[in-house]
Amino acid sequence: MRLDDLDRRLVVACQSGLPLDPRPYHAIGAQLGISAELVMARLARMQAAGVVRRIGVVPNHYALGYVANGMTVWDVADDRVDALGEAVGQLDFVSHCYRRPRRPPLWPYNLFAMVHGHSRAEVETQAAAIADLLGPALNARDILYSSHILKKTGLRIG
Amino acid sequence: MRRADPKPAPPLDEIDRRLINTMQGGFPLVERPFMAIADRLNLSERQLLTRLGRLLDERVLTRFGPLFNADRMGGVNVLAAMAVPETDYEEIALVVNAQPEVAHNYRREHALNMWFVVAAETPKRAEKAFARIEAATGLEVFRFPKEREYFVELKLKV
Repeated sequence: MRLDDLDRRLVVACQSGLPLDPRPYHAIGAQLGISAELVMARLARMQAAGVVRRIGVVPNHYALGYVANGMTVWDVADDRVDALGEAVGQLDFVSHCYRRPRRPPLWPYNLFAMVHGHSRAEVETQAAAIADLLGPALNARDILYSSHILKKTGLRIG
Repeated sequence: MRRADPKPAPPLDEIDRRLINTMQGGFPLVERPFMAIADRLNLSERQLLTRLGRLLDERVLTRFGPLFNADRMGGVNVLAAMAVPETDYEEIALVVNAQPEVAHNYRREHALNMWFVVAAETPKRAEKAFARIEAATGLEVFRFPKEREYFVELKLKV
């Protein structure tokens, strides 16, 4: 979807969050000089186009007890990675799953799956289930745990 | 910089949990959206707004509002990583975080120990952000653009 000038102003007004006001769309509209109805209509259109993934809260994993956040990475045979990536993405503990380029020799992995657990043992059990699914197509693997959140702001446009 | 672990999470009560589980998506595009959610949680609109404000202040929630997807605006999200010398880590984190295009940045345990996402409206802007980071740090930025997305849906149950 191509954003017009109003869409862009709306993204800028909402990207750090909606106001905690009983009528948040009125507040945003007042800021932009447009009606609340137009704010809602534009957000609905952006949501339908996937520009807005969802509207809601973003929890801090750590504060919710998800202290083990593992980026599991896998070197999977090229001719099998798409079928297997779809299957890995369907596992209920996988939140994000992508194919990405390898950067040999430092980085042989082409499949990334994010998993979240209350302990590293839980993440390792989840990774073992992924390994089982990948079977003989799997060549090498690793788990990169996050130890600090350095920044988490989401998209910012100017 | 926030420590991710082992910072103790503030205790969540039952209402906090229901609020977080209910509000990760589907915030309505209506005149009084908080009222609509509060009804489902058996809270008053005022109680919901107060509680939401507290969870944001305590950093249990990192944000509240629309989550935008740069990919669908003709833009890009690119995962990237650097191998940062430990002695310079904090300083380089500041340089990377200072780029407005950097949406997330995590320390991970690996030779590639800094992993960040650049979200930009155009591929050119993303590339410029990478070039600025490389020029300012003297380090190579390994780009891991997604080639296929198999699954994205983060909903944490608490």
